[in-house]
Amino acid sequence: MDVVALDGTGLEVEVEDLHHRLVLRAAAQGVLDVAYRTLDSPVGSLLLAATGAGVVRVAFERQGHDAALDELARRVSPRVLRAPARLDALARQLEEYFAGRRTGFDVPLDLTLASGFRRRVLDVLGGIPFGTTLSYAGVAGGAGSPRAVRAVGTACARNPLPLVVPCHRVVRSDGSPGEYAGGAAAKGRLLELERAARVGA
Amino acid sequence: MEPFERVVDQHGAVVLRVCRALVGADAAQDAWSETFLAALVAYPRLRPDSDVRAWLVTIAHRKAVDVLRAQARRAVPVADPPEPPSSGEHPGDGRADVWAAVAALPPKQRRCVAYHHVAGLPYDEVAALVGGTPAAARRAAADGIATLRRTWEEAS
Repeated sequence: MDVVALDGTGLEVEVEDLHHRLVLRAAAQGVLDVAYRTLDSPVGSLLLAATGAGVVRVAFERQGHDAALDELARRVSPRVLRAPARLDALARQLEEYFAGRRTGFDVPLDLTLASGFRRRVLDVLGGIPFGTTLSYAGVAGGAGSPRAVRAVGTACARNPLPLVVPCHRVVRSDGSPGEYAGGAAAKGRLLELERAARVGA
Repeated sequence: MEPFERVVDQHGAVVLRVCRALVGADAAQDAWSETFLAALVAYPRLRPDSDVRAWLVTIAHRKAVDVLRAQARRAVPVADPPEPPSSGEHPGDGRADVWAAVAALPPKQRRCVAYHHVAGLPYDEVAALVGGTPAAARRAAADGIATLRRTWEEAS
């Protein structure tokens, strides 16, 4: 007799329900260190993650959602749970952005995953207005290290908060888009979206 | 260390079955919740090379004991016993009978069946949880399974 085989159906539903209850209790006790959800978007599925302080990570599908969660567990806290509620505001704002109805994001950010020069680069990126671009050299100058053009490229590639901190607005000096963590096609699409929305405005 | 979500995903169903075997289908949800909340709190301090399932079962064991104690404290003798609580399963599919039969086992047999046959722990780990030797744990589990088989054959 196999005790294990006798209760197959219904168990997944029950565990899902218990998972929901666990998320609520963990949040109430302050031990939901990292909450995450996914969001379908025109540039593929996005992973959104937040600590109690703010949004800490946005990851494209091609970067690997599992890899992003592993990094959060390693560098922030292993207390990571799928808990969509904390990301509802960001998800709504991203949907508005992709629909061309929003030009900036208004959510608290947790920049734990970026430090030193990379953090300074993110500050510069945050100041590039919607619908405009800046060269890698321009960002390097803005971050106080005009010769660190390659390091700016690395900082953009490792931006923990793409879209929200708009690294897609950094382009090559000749005007070509350059590389992007979400893929060159995604970068082109975002620049086109912003151009169209600005013209329409 | 893995994100805790993966721990729930990989072991949530097994721990729920263990809880059902230990405290019955109704109280199993509370035992599961207590187990995973305690596990989440303690998780960052877990040694990275630990057997996560055995660790969860250890916590479930303690939480099940708490749940059973709380039930015993609440139990008040009455002249007319109320309807027995629903097992949470669909009637007539036989599954409720199995958990009722497991619940009717003596505590040590019930635990040994849960930890070995449901959770898949080896007998030395089962013995560490319930006390006694691995051989005694093996015997208790075997006796429990024999009783379940007998109950099952009588019922069907």
